[in-house]
Amino acid sequence: MSVAVSIQRVAKRFGSVQALDGVCLEIGEGEFFGLLGPNGAGKTTLISCLAGLVRPDSGQIGVKGFDVQDDYRQARRQLGVVPQELVFDPFFTVRETLRIQSGYFGLRRNDDWIDEILENLDLAAKAETNMRRLSGGMKRRVLVAQALVHRPPVIVLDEPTAGVDVELRQGLWQFVRRLNGDGHTVILTTHYLEEAEALCERIAMLKQGRVVALDSTRNLLERFSVHKLSLRAEALERLPEAITRRASFCEGYLNFHLGHVDEVEPLLAAIRQAGCPIREMRMNATDLEDVFIEVMRGQDESLAEEAGDVR
Amino acid sequence: MSGFRTLLYKEVLRFWKVAIQTVAAPVVTALLYLLIFSHVLENRVEINNVRYTAFLVPGLIMMSVLQNAFANSSSSLIGAKMNGSLIFVLLPPISYGEFFLAYVGAAMLRGMMVGLGVLLVTAWFAPLQFVAPWWILAFALIGGGIMGSLGMIAGIWAEKFDQLSAFQNFLILPLTMLSGVFYSIHSLPPFWQRVSHLNPFFYLIDGLRYGFFGVSDVSPLISLAVSGLAFLVVGAWTLALLRKGYKLRY
Repeated sequence: MSVAVSIQRVAKRFGSVQALDGVCLEIGEGEFFGLLGPNGAGKTTLISCLAGLVRPDSGQIGVKGFDVQDDYRQARRQLGVVPQELVFDPFFTVRETLRIQSGYFGLRRNDDWIDEILENLDLAAKAETNMRRLSGGMKRRVLVAQALVHRPPVIVLDEPTAGVDVELRQGLWQFVRRLNGDGHTVILTTHYLEEAEALCERIAMLKQGRVVALDSTRNLLERFSVHKLSLRAEALERLPEAITRRASFCEGYLNFHLGHVDEVEPLLAAIRQAGCPIREMRMNATDLEDVFIEVMRGQDESLAEEAGDVR
Repeated sequence: MSGFRTLLYKEVLRFWKVAIQTVAAPVVTALLYLLIFSHVLENRVEINNVRYTAFLVPGLIMMSVLQNAFANSSSSLIGAKMNGSLIFVLLPPISYGEFFLAYVGAAMLRGMMVGLGVLLVTAWFAPLQFVAPWWILAFALIGGGIMGSLGMIAGIWAEKFDQLSAFQNFLILPLTMLSGVFYSIHSLPPFWQRVSHLNPFFYLIDGLRYGFFGVSDVSPLISLAVSGLAFLVVGAWTLALLRKGYKLRY
């Protein structure tokens, strides 16, 4: 697989804040890549460096082999960015906005493709409407359309579904999935971890400007695989200590964290044997949220160790 | 240069869509100045054998060119910065040179349109001559260029509308109004005459007047040299800021 985006030891400091601290990443062509991290982790700064909006203090970034600083014209042609903020130029209609954006990339007579994008994003009926008169969700769709006018092979979506209703979110993902299926590389940042889990093949987690986890989504889930078993049972006082020691109590539920599904059956047998009839039971597999919390917590501890902080 | 063409088109469309405010309104303002000052001074003042109303017209034209060229690039940039839409011109493969040419070009065009508008509406009030029309065009274009560039600098530098307004009201407005729009600097005391010679806008207005009447306070060649140099300096400064990405790319 050839490399679509290569990020090498990129660092950026804003005043006293080290926004990016030697980030290295390689994103393959055709990949659906997730960039996760808490607020202020450096996700948007990294994307801005990629898009040429922020100039790194050190390090190199290439898009499809073109350096984003030295070969910026080629690099920017390869890239379509959907910004996080809901921005628009109030002077123009939707179609004017898209025609102008095409022109910036040297594309005149781009109306066939513009119509196709409008159709796919359910914007066709609003084509002649002024940007000011669109709802927030519609404006968001125009931002996506603007990023796609020049058919960029690499598409970056910075929190595209923040404040977007369920229907649009579903429609948007369907469209982005199709683009990915057509061979576009997609880089996504999001706060909705279930979105990242459902869409991204590979994920990088950022914290304080560093990559703290980088793996396929499946590996990440497996690596932190825990099965959570919650149950409600009667006569809990009869439970032997060997079992209660493994459990935590919360709102009348007994919660167990199990490393593997095979541990479930023996545990249930032991509870039954102790004479505690089970009244209610549920089981959850690990989701990305658990992984995320685990990674961020682990990182806290290692950072604390680095700093010689004893807690 | 494909990005340049579209950016220029967009900048022109931007002011043309609100032409009442960006073109018609300044023409009316200039006309009001003309009506008031010519009413008060027409029979009392004559400068270089030119009747006051006729003398005033080129000054008003140049003042309108200057102020509107400045307003165009500065308000476009700060507006796009404030509402975040500047990102749409920062993401595409547009070089800083194209960026400069598009914004300054649109500013010059708006300046010329307003200037032409002022010329047309004031033509009824004063018999004008056009002794050296190429000089008229040259000074109007250079004036628009200087102010389009300065407007870019102000729009890039300012972070809020009131900072831009300070730039406009405390610097641009006094420099343009005190540059001989309404009077010949020969009517000033010697000290203020010397101060006026330090104001680059004085040369623009004086040069433009030469184009109309064939007479001026200083030689039009000197005015052309000073104005051209001012454009070079301001233009190079603007290009340097754009190249560095000052307050645009962090």
